[in-house]
Amino acid sequence: MKLKTLLLGACSAVVLCGFANAETLTIATVNNGDMIRMQKLTDDFTSKNPDIQLEWVTLEENVLRQRVTTDIATKGGQYDVLTIGTYEVPIWAKQGWLLPLENLGADYDVDDLLPAIRSGLTGEDGKLYAAPFYGESSMVMYRKDLFEKAGLTMPDAPTWEFIADAARKITDKNNEIYGICLRGKAGWGENMAFLTATANAFGARWFDENWQPQFDQPEWKNALDFYVKLMNDAGPPGASSNGFNENLALFQTGKCGMWIDATVAASFVTNPKESTVADKVGFALAPDTGLGKRGNWLWAWNLAIPAGTQKQAAAEKFVAWATGKEYLNLVAEKEGWANVPPGTRTSLYENAEYQKAAPFAKMTLDSINAADPKNPAVKPVPYVGVQFVAIPEFQGLGTAVGQQFAAALAGQVSVDQALQSAQQLAVREMTKAGYIK
Amino acid sequence: MARNVSTQRKIVVTVAAWAIGILIFFPILWTFLTSFKTEAQAIASPPSLFFFDWTMENYHEVQARSDYFKHFMNSVVISIGSTLLGLIIAIPSAWAMAFSPTPKTKDVLMWMLSTKMMPPVGVLVPMYLIFRNTGLLDTRLGLVIVLTLINLPIIIWMLYTYFKEIPGEILEAARMDGASLAKEIIYVLTPMAIPGIASTLLLNIILAWNEAFWTLNLTASKAAPLTAFIASYSSPEGLFYAKLSAASTMAIAPILILGWFSQKQLVRGLTFGAVK
Repeated sequence: MKLKTLLLGACSAVVLCGFANAETLTIATVNNGDMIRMQKLTDDFTSKNPDIQLEWVTLEENVLRQRVTTDIATKGGQYDVLTIGTYEVPIWAKQGWLLPLENLGADYDVDDLLPAIRSGLTGEDGKLYAAPFYGESSMVMYRKDLFEKAGLTMPDAPTWEFIADAARKITDKNNEIYGICLRGKAGWGENMAFLTATANAFGARWFDENWQPQFDQPEWKNALDFYVKLMNDAGPPGASSNGFNENLALFQTGKCGMWIDATVAASFVTNPKESTVADKVGFALAPDTGLGKRGNWLWAWNLAIPAGTQKQAAAEKFVAWATGKEYLNLVAEKEGWANVPPGTRTSLYENAEYQKAAPFAKMTLDSINAADPKNPAVKPVPYVGVQFVAIPEFQGLGTAVGQQFAAALAGQVSVDQALQSAQQLAVREMTKAGYIK
Repeated sequence: MARNVSTQRKIVVTVAAWAIGILIFFPILWTFLTSFKTEAQAIASPPSLFFFDWTMENYHEVQARSDYFKHFMNSVVISIGSTLLGLIIAIPSAWAMAFSPTPKTKDVLMWMLSTKMMPPVGVLVPMYLIFRNTGLLDTRLGLVIVLTLINLPIIIWMLYTYFKEIPGEILEAARMDGASLAKEIIYVLTPMAIPGIASTLLLNIILAWNEAFWTLNLTASKAAPLTAFIASYSSPEGLFYAKLSAASTMAIAPILILGWFSQKQLVRGLTFGAVK
């Protein structure tokens, strides 16, 4: 009884307490390692700018996207700095939802930003609409020990044929070792990111120059057929529900011979605290089929300032701090070079100390540089984006098509049926949106 | 004559009840256990249930990174505030519908319930605009209003069902003895309906505590409750299950304790006919 009374008393005391907050910059971000590190280092920013306080809103990626889109579309003004992906930047800039970053300071050095990343963040008017916080591409991560055991040698720039062959040789289902782990979970940023990039290597494209969907073309059939067969032969069970984190878990526990995914994973799989295979991982460029395009994508998490903010000057100061050269040095000093956010600045890759601390640095840079968002496919396309199509309709359409492809992987429908449904979905959506008649 | 229940039957019923209980409780237990694992152990396959190196590391990190107390306070104010406001509106409405029904009462009740059938995202943008224009975005007052409106149909329905169980003759007798309307509600109806009101109150606090659409979409930092606190621990790139479990355990602990202490009222209220 006493405990009960005490608890009730405590509860009511808590209810009566008031709570006040000072006016500050509100920053919306995702829960990624590099962003969390940035939150921990904000003392450096606030000591240099004592009149600015920072308030963080960290949300799950999809929640953040929905939340921030609602706010920016209604000019709600809840946030002063947004963390957004490469997909959103050109669309939102075109809508007039983002402020151009023109006052980042004299020592910001815009020309130091990696050209491939920078071009995706520049609007049609040539102005920068978001500053990259970290960038990534995709590459092959493989188990050197398993390759050695199978008598295989991974080339620096493998073909899909080699990858498939190696995956089948390494697979040992009795011991729960699967030759290759690839994304299968439906979603425009999940399996469709991987499959769109892979389809580029197979000569496929989402749309022709007149925005006509291309899922009825043989290139898509080749790509999807190849993927489904490979995953059935050499992939883990239940692959159609695996995304980045599921594959990361499989790879780190030694169950995958190869994993093709974001370059940012390199620092996780080589971290001995988390990974059981930390010292056995090798890296290679994303595979191709000899048609001239590799399936390596390009993505960056960026900081942007919404048009609804009342605190533009302070927000610009923060963006310049978090994406500037000085910040990289600050992280290196406090947390070591291996933890510096990768993939945004040329100078980082010229730094000998970074190269020494991050064995995957060169492969990351090569992968980013090899991606070409303006000409992602073998044939010409009317859109921008390697693993996505930078139009507002893509989120919905990409996920709907992703569901069809996940169903094909799970064996619920055939590859032909999945492609047929994808074509119908795409034609309907593109007609409705007015791209085609 | 005492009911003849065989031992065998007793065993079967007990085992079945425990099985269902464990099945329902298992996700919470799993979350609780995962919160004491390292990230590597959390994803290990096959998973270990109890035999792992228990660690408080996740709780340390969650405490260091987030202001738990702020989110907790917001949850308390929002859930209790919206439930109390809802009860103030719902008690007179349910009274009116239970004791002086009109031919349209059933339709009104159905109409109220029908508002629950629309997916909330359908009105997200209009609601957001109203909130922006009235300055209610990211305020606890705004959330109290929204959650009151959302849970009002359930509160009214529950109270209506309880009030219907109370014989109208008792109220008539009070009226004949000269009780005013206020006295009738306060001294006659309320004491008889207390189990019903208590269970409605508790259930709605739980519903409001767990509400995750509006609380996530209408808040940013100041009024964000524990749902936002949990959402901040899911990561698109990187392992997060152990930390997410720690955050979830911290978020559900208060409501679990409340439920534990008030389970008698909850069960009594939820098994109808308590006042007869």
